[in-house]
Amino acid sequence: MNANPEMMAAGTASPRNGIVMDCQLEKVFYGDFLAVRDSKVPIEKNKITGFIGPSGCGKSTVLRSLNRMNDLIPIFRFQGKVSYHGQDIYDKKVDPVVVRRYIGMVFQQPNPFAMSIYDNVAFGLRLNGFKGNLDERVEKALQGAACWNEVKDKLKNSGLSLSGGQQQRLCIARAIATEPDVLLMDEPCSALDPIATRRVEELMIELKEKYTIALVTHNMQQAMRVADTTAFFGVDISQGSRTGYLVEMGPTRKIFEEPEQQLTRQYVRGEFS
Amino acid sequence: MASHQFDNVDRSGSVSGPPSGGDYALDRSFRGIAWFSAALILALVVYIVVEIGGKAMPAIAEHGLGFLTSTAWNVQTGQFGILPQIWGTLYSSLLALILGGVFGVAIAIFLTQDFLPSRLAMVFRTIIELLAAIPSVVFGLWGIYVLIPLLRPVANWLHANLGGVPFFGTSLSGPGLAPAALVLAIMILPTVASISVDALRQIPYKVKEAAYGMGTTRWEAILKVMLPTASSGILAALVLGFGRALGETMALAMLIGNSNQISLSLFAPANTLAALLASSFPEAGPVEVRALMYAALALLAITLIVNAVGLAVMKFATRKFEAER
Repeated sequence: MNANPEMMAAGTASPRNGIVMDCQLEKVFYGDFLAVRDSKVPIEKNKITGFIGPSGCGKSTVLRSLNRMNDLIPIFRFQGKVSYHGQDIYDKKVDPVVVRRYIGMVFQQPNPFAMSIYDNVAFGLRLNGFKGNLDERVEKALQGAACWNEVKDKLKNSGLSLSGGQQQRLCIARAIATEPDVLLMDEPCSALDPIATRRVEELMIELKEKYTIALVTHNMQQAMRVADTTAFFGVDISQGSRTGYLVEMGPTRKIFEEPEQQLTRQYVRGEFS
Repeated sequence: MASHQFDNVDRSGSVSGPPSGGDYALDRSFRGIAWFSAALILALVVYIVVEIGGKAMPAIAEHGLGFLTSTAWNVQTGQFGILPQIWGTLYSSLLALILGGVFGVAIAIFLTQDFLPSRLAMVFRTIIELLAAIPSVVFGLWGIYVLIPLLRPVANWLHANLGGVPFFGTSLSGPGLAPAALVLAIMILPTVASISVDALRQIPYKVKEAAYGMGTTRWEAILKVMLPTASSGILAALVLGFGRALGETMALAMLIGNSNQISLSLFAPANTLAALLASSFPEAGPVEVRALMYAALALLAITLIVNAVGLAVMKFATRKFEAER
């Protein structure tokens, strides 16, 4: 699929209320490779913003730029701005460690730590020097992640002893225990079976009451089910390499039913993936 | 073999077919070789224990368990005891384990947690593994000619100024526990470091992401996530290092002073079981040889016990930190 330059339109026509994060990505490089360009993605408060698009479109890269997770990759370079409560998180004065404390993340593969279920959830609380009632917060987080009933009798067991779906909900509990502001979820259901996926989706809808969620998904039905706003990313191969960019962003219903861009229409109809 | 070959199906044009008789023979012979090799190792261990035990039998009958708690080693009077050697073996190995363990794990962290570009880390790792290739006797000579002269002023200053502390209770006149333990620590360093490196390397990238994703600093990630995750591997490294220190002979025989006394002082000469065996066998008469066989059996038992305890601790760590398998 070829994308001509006029086709790329940004979805941020008018400023909306309660934008927690405003990602104004100009260029992202891995070494010399231009991975993503020109993507303006505002993340609204108490909503689920879904990122969809074909493989290699940079949706994960954009998500991981929102809490500077990509800084772990030495050759990663970000040009642009991500303002979070008015502060550019890529400013030299900003410590990425601090950014990640406010902007939590749930990954594609469940990745609990090799420690007990309790310690997994308490990890962030202890890390942040929480002095209050630890038991209470751990229970609250596990309940918030809809796995308290399954694990309450085996909190001392290793987090790795749980099934894949339980592990992923444990990771969500770990991420929400400190009540971060924003939750980034990078294909959180891709390693889960349909039943576990359903539970995590229900959970996301509950969680948005309190948190702001950005969700990368490879599954268009999932975006339709849970996302309030959807950003569609495409791949531009016109320059000889594969560069991702934001094609269109808007309310989920609009993106799926009456998108402005031809490319979006083709994608949501399943004409390519 | 000789099972149903599905010959009744028409397979014209298909390459698929059963394994040949030769394939089956190869399969069987490899299985046989593997079984034989495993059995051979077991038989060898049993044979060594039985042989040494048999040779030690007269001494066991004569000295009984008192052999393990007596401090005398007198060929003229026929009194033999190995308590000082047991003490020296455990004390020197423990000191080496503490030193070598701390440095070995620190090196492993340094080499695996992005402190160095990966190519440079590889060079460092090779150099550390080269330490393992240095013969024991060379370490012994280096200890005598370099380390002891270097240590002596420090040791004697510590003794003069902090003589009240039991660890500095004597001066260092030549060979002694401190140089022996230091050399032992260097000798077990490659073992501890390279096995710890493997343990830390095996941690999947997603665990590191999870740690940083929670907003840890680099050291928080290392101390609170990476080390606990690698704990069973790091414990294995320490157990192997300790086992190596217990049995190390030549360098210790050269450096420890071969003196049958029990002292907490780091600078006092001491003795170990392996050093006792190495230095006494060449001139031992039949009575002393029997006592030495008993001592060898004791050394064997200590190593076995240490390894068994180490395995149990590793099992415990695996169960505590990882899923039950």
